[in-house]
Parts: sequence; C-alpha cells; structure tokens
Amino acid sequence: MSATSKVLTKPILDNNPIALQILGVCSALAVTTSLQVTLVMCLALTSVTAFSNLFISLIRHHMPSSIRIIIQMTIIASLVILVDQFLQAYAFQISKSLSVFVGLIITNCIVMGRAEAFAMKNPPLISFMDGIGNGLGYSVVLIIVGSLRELFGSGSLLGFQILPTLSSGGWYQPNGLMLLAPSAFFIIGFLIWILRSRRREQVEIREYRLAPHTVEEGII
Amino acid sequence: MGLRRILDDVAPHFDRGGRYEKLFPLFEAVDTIFYSPSKVTVSEPHVRDGIDLKRIMITVWFAAFPAMFYGMYNIGFQANHAIAEAWWVSSVSGWRGWVIDLLGAGYDPGSIWDCLVQGAVYYVPIYFVVFVVGGFWEVLFAIVRRHEINEGFFVTSILFALILPPAIPLWQAALGISFGIVVGKEVFGGTGKNFLNPALTGRAFLFFAYAPQISGNSVWTAIASIDGTSGATSDGFSGATALSQIATDGLPAVAAATGEPLTWMQAFLGQMQGSIGETSTLAILIGGVVLLATRIASWRIITGMFLGMVAFSYFLNFVGSDSNPMMALPWYWHLVIGSFAFGMVFMATDPVSAAMTDLGKWIYGIFIGVLTVLIRVLNPAYPEGVMLAILFANLFAPLIDYCVVKANIRRRRSRGILE
Repeated sequence: MSATSKVLTKPILDNNPIALQILGVCSALAVTTSLQVTLVMCLALTSVTAFSNLFISLIRHHMPSSIRIIIQMTIIASLVILVDQFLQAYAFQISKSLSVFVGLIITNCIVMGRAEAFAMKNPPLISFMDGIGNGLGYSVVLIIVGSLRELFGSGSLLGFQILPTLSSGGWYQPNGLMLLAPSAFFIIGFLIWILRSRRREQVEIREYRLAPHTVEEGII
Repeated sequence: MGLRRILDDVAPHFDRGGRYEKLFPLFEAVDTIFYSPSKVTVSEPHVRDGIDLKRIMITVWFAAFPAMFYGMYNIGFQANHAIAEAWWVSSVSGWRGWVIDLLGAGYDPGSIWDCLVQGAVYYVPIYFVVFVVGGFWEVLFAIVRRHEINEGFFVTSILFALILPPAIPLWQAALGISFGIVVGKEVFGGTGKNFLNPALTGRAFLFFAYAPQISGNSVWTAIASIDGTSGATSDGFSGATALSQIATDGLPAVAAATGEPLTWMQAFLGQMQGSIGETSTLAILIGGVVLLATRIASWRIITGMFLGMVAFSYFLNFVGSDSNPMMALPWYWHLVIGSFAFGMVFMATDPVSAAMTDLGKWIYGIFIGVLTVLIRVLNPAYPEGVMLAILFANLFAPLIDYCVVKANIRRRRSRGILE
C-alpha cells in the first residue's frame, strides 16, 4: 500500500477520528438530523481539514514553535470563514440550518489534531491527502448517523419520503428520539461496538480486572 | 426426586464438550429455578447468607403482584366506566371482546370480575410481549457472552410492563424492553454491571421516541376498536392523569371516574387513571412491606426519598405561586398521585443502580425525592418527574459512593487510625 492511499484509507476504519479517537463528536450530534445538512457539513469539514493541513505543512519550517498554535488557528479560522461565506452565497437554506456549526469547525478537534499531529511533520501533498482521509473517516460516520436519524426520525432520506408516516396517511410512526441529539450518541455507540467487535485491536486495555469467579461445591 | 433425576440425566449434554454446550445458560437457569445450587463462593468478598440473587429477584417479582392485580382491576374499571358513560358503546369488539364473552364477563364497572377480565385483556398481552422479547435478548446475550441467565429479568419485565400506559401498542412495548435490556443492561455486561435501571431506561426510550402513545391525555384508559351505533371507533378514551390535570387546573379540578372530585382516599387506593401498576399506593406499599421485611429494599433509600419529597414540597408550599397550582400541592398528594410510590418502592431501591454505602443511600434517596418534586412542580414540559429523577440519580450513585468512601477515609486518617 502506497503512503498516499494509506493516509487516505486508514482513517476510514482503522483509525477513525470519531469511532476510535473520539474527536469531533459534538458536531456529529448537532448536524445529523437530516442527511442533506450532514452531507454539506462533511464537505465543509473535509475541505477545511485538507486545506489547513496543506497550508500549515507549507509553512511548517517557518513557524516558531512557541506561537504555532496561534498561526494554525489563524489559518483554520480563515478557511472556515471562506467556507461559511461560500455556503451563505450558494446554499443559504442549508447554511441557516447549520447555523453556528460551520463556525464551530474552527474548534473541531479533528482539524487541530491533524494539523498538530500530521501537517507539522510531513510534506504538503501527503498532508493534504491526510486531511481528505480524515474528512472521509468523519464523513462515513456522519453519513451513517445522518441516514439512520432522518430515516427513522422523519421517514425520509434527503427529503424523499421512504417510509410513509402516519401524519401523511401512511403506516410509519416516526421515532421522536431520533430527532433529539442523544440518539446520535446511541448510534455512534452502536457503530463503535460493531467496529470493535470486528477489529479487536481497537478495544482498549481494561483499567481494572475483575477477580475470577470462584465457586466450589459446598454446604450452604 | 424425579425432577432432580431428569435434570441430572440431561446435565452432561450441556457441560463442556456436550452436544448442547452453548445452551448451558438455559439449562443452568431451569436447574436453579427448582434447586438451590450447592456451589458456594470461596474467594473474598464473602457474604454468608441463605438467600441468593435468584431468590432476591423472585421475591421482588412476587412483591409486585399486588400492584399488578390491582392495576389490572383498575384499567378494567376505568374502561368499563368509560363504556358505561358513552351511550354509543355497548361492547368491545375484536379478540378482546371475544375473550371477555368467553369468560362470561360483562361491562359492569361495579363488578370486580368484569373489571379484572377487562383489564387482563390489556395487561396480559403487554406483559407477555415484554416477557418474551426481553427474555429473547437476555438468553441471547447469556449464550453469546457466556454468563448466567438471571432472574433480574423477571423483575425488569414485570416492572417495565407495570409502568406502561394500558393503551400502549404492543410493538412499542417490545421496542422499549429491547432498548432497556440491551442498552440499559447487557452492553455493560449484564445484571450487576448496569448503572441505569433497565426498566426505566426502556420507558425513557419510549417516552422520548413515541411521546403521543406514552403521555398525553388519550392513553390512560384503553378501549379497543369500539363499535357502537354511531360507528365510532377509537383507541382509548380521552382523559388526563391526575398530575397533568393539577398542573393545568389545580387540585379541585381532578375528577374520579364517577365525575366527582377525586378524594385523597380514592387516589391512595388507586381509583384513577395512570400507568398500569402505578395508581394504587396501597397495593404498592403492601409490596413495599414485603421488600422491607425481607431487607431486599433499602429502608434508607425509601425513607430518604420520602423525606426529600416531604421537605421540598413543604418548601414549595411555603414559597407559593399564583400561576402554578402545583406549588400548593401538599406532600400527601405528591405521595399518592403519579408514580411516586411505585418509583420509591420498586425503582429507586434497585440494588445495582442505587448507591451502595449507607450514607450514600440516604443522599441518593433524598436527591430523588427533591428532584421528583422539582420536575413535577417547576418544569412545565413534564407533569411527572419520578422516572427522570431516578435515572438522573442512577448516574450520580457512583459519585455519591465515591465521595462517601473518600470522606470516611479522610475522617479515619485524621483520627490516626489508618497508616
């Protein structure tokens, strides 16, 4: 596997930013009630991560390490403003339903984390790919969560009615919990459960060990 | 003993290397229902006691029976009253009507038998579905994870069935118990490792997922598919619970099934609308006496929750309010309406999810009592607060214990006992 394809595909299952590193969970809860909004958020985050990695990697040798976080933040913030303006210009409705969460990409741990952990130590092109790869890992989880929540919460996908709801004369009773943020916690929890039962190496080492259950035949 | 011999004969098939090795948890469950195992724990910590987890759970299961039977009577009583008042309804159609006819019961709200049968045709399907679906998950996890099947499930299933409204659709009951058993208990390792009460977790799931079927005004009296001269069909009779009526109109507005104002004694006996098992404080307290006498429920938690509720409702009575009639509700009404008594006796005392230390149990109980009244009175969105209060306190129980243990260590250290 070449280095490029490795940084592109590793974050999807083996080192997923949400499922393994547990980063960026707040936006995964907030923007996943409908699939359309989720997709736009995925695109926004992926492009910000990729380009922030690229630019930070380009100037990595010229940054004094004492102020590097501020420089990184400046680059990321500029990119986020760019994305926000772009959305307001071309996708105003979605930009409104994403509300503050586009702006909050600045504080998304995935962007900062990749800049610090990867872009500061690697050349520009591969850093760019790493940004895209992590964006993909984030997107995979968000799209699964978003599809499930929209499908079971309002019976539709991307706005098309899949399960006809009771209120529109069908048979499906929408699950109100799916429209509330905690449902994303449950779905992400289930995803992590499935992932770790397939890939045992992702299971953390236990912090404690239960004493073995010791029984003998005896008289009560 | 014939049964012992049969069990011993088939036992080798379930042992290691046997044909049905994977089904050992099932065999073990059946065996230990009938016979106490002769195995004893040899390592520390070590408690010498004649009672084991299975007997504890079965006792709780039996203790819920008064509330269950009264609940069945009461939902039948409420339904028959509604039928008697609605002139266009003379009988219940569908299989329920068929069963009622078969058992020779009528629709007289004054007859205990009629009401019991009418209630049973609603409660028994709910309990059956909850038991079968929940049992499926329990057995599945026991086999895959190789732990024992635990009678804790008997308790979870009956308690879950009793806190549902009688008109709940059966598929929702199945979904709720699935969520409660899997997410509330099994993902954390099964009985003993769950930090939330599984029955309440399942109900909370339904509460947030399918609010129209578990709260509101049309779910507390179940009348299925009424066929009458006007051809009206409906799934349930409109009527709010006492709690939501008080929240909007104040105590005098609460009416019993007969149309007259609800008296405290009626509420205490349970002649009002509500979830199946929660209405009769008397029946619940009978179960509570059994649990206290056998020392299965902690008297500290029950007393703490009661005192917390009394103290905080006195405080709110003292503060007073012109716009919120709940502020003036005295503590003895808080006790008998809603599911306060049920939560106090059966839910808060769940030994796994409650605090473990003696002082911790007091804090835990008082916390639930105060929080329940707080949600009931001051949160306009939720007329009932017991479920959320107990789940919230479940989350804090480990922290409470931690602080109690730390404080104890610090006190002993300051006395120079440790080190």
